[in-house]
Amino acid sequence: MANTYTLIASVTVGSGGVASIGFTSIPATYTDLQLFASLRADGTFGNAWYDSYVTFNSANLSWRDIIGLGSGTPSSRNDTTNFVTLGVPSSGATASTFGNVALYVPNYTSSSNKSASMDGVSENNATAAGMGLHAGLYSSSSAVSSITITPYNSPTVKFAQYSTAYLYGIKNS
Amino acid sequence: MAAGSTYTPIATNTLSSAASSVTFSSISGAYTDLVVVCNAGVTASGGYTLAMQLNGDTGNNYSGTRLSGNGTTAASYRASNLNYYFAGLNMPDTLTTNVIFHLMNYSNTTTYKTALIRMNDVGVGTAAMACLWRNTAAITSINLSAEVGATTLLAGSTFTLYGIAAA
Repeated sequence: MANTYTLIASVTVGSGGVASIGFTSIPATYTDLQLFASLRADGTFGNAWYDSYVTFNSANLSWRDIIGLGSGTPSSRNDTTNFVTLGVPSSGATASTFGNVALYVPNYTSSSNKSASMDGVSENNATAAGMGLHAGLYSSSSAVSSITITPYNSPTVKFAQYSTAYLYGIKNS
Repeated sequence: MAAGSTYTPIATNTLSSAASSVTFSSISGAYTDLVVVCNAGVTASGGYTLAMQLNGDTGNNYSGTRLSGNGTTAASYRASNLNYYFAGLNMPDTLTTNVIFHLMNYSNTTTYKTALIRMNDVGVGTAAMACLWRNTAAITSINLSAEVGATTLLAGSTFTLYGIAAA
């Protein structure tokens, strides 16, 4: 049976952390891309999570989201830069806790603009936590050949040791 | 997720011209769950969500709850006795909407069928949906449309059905 859900590359962060996690030279042989990441930052941001940004081909995405912080009414935001995920706990969050990021990019080689779906959660054994649903748009006719996640204020702030990211390619035939 | 045979493309459809709907039929019961990945738009902008009907059921046997954000306001909404699964927010007339349906335990003949749905379009917002189809039949066909033919789906829209096997 065809191998239709294929690991393209993975990253496991070692001692000392890394300033960003990136996948480059993504082959154009799949239909969709799926990225799963388990991340934690070594900086604090005033929240349980640490703002971290996703770029395609080193370019920003425009985005809209809905976020919940564990109390109060959920809110919704939008911007044309810094496609942010809430799936990265800050260093002030519960120890040994890593967030989850799931990013899906259909038709990533299309010559049309690319629409992305991203979910991010940062659990925390405290009052504040964070979860977000995010829509992104990469306005380019170029295929997505690289994806990078970078914490705010990098390289001063890094992704912590034991963070992981896995990029899969999915074929529709 | 294991690679390969546990995540299998069953069928795919890229619209060469605008169409009122797309149907996947004769779906095998050999998998555990189904995933439908859509990248779509509509020919008449505004007011139309992607709709899914199962096994040709056009009755008012569907319901759903939506959590959404349009970029400035967060909202929650639900509707009962609909005649389709509603997939989030209204689609624009560009190919910028992605919708991913997860249909769990679709082939059992004991329980009603539920779905988790994620919809994204930067022009309108993002949404997560939980939907229910009040029918115990195994899902053997899936129809996708812009609110059951309220308008047509754009040429270039893509729809792919995957089967996920537990083992």
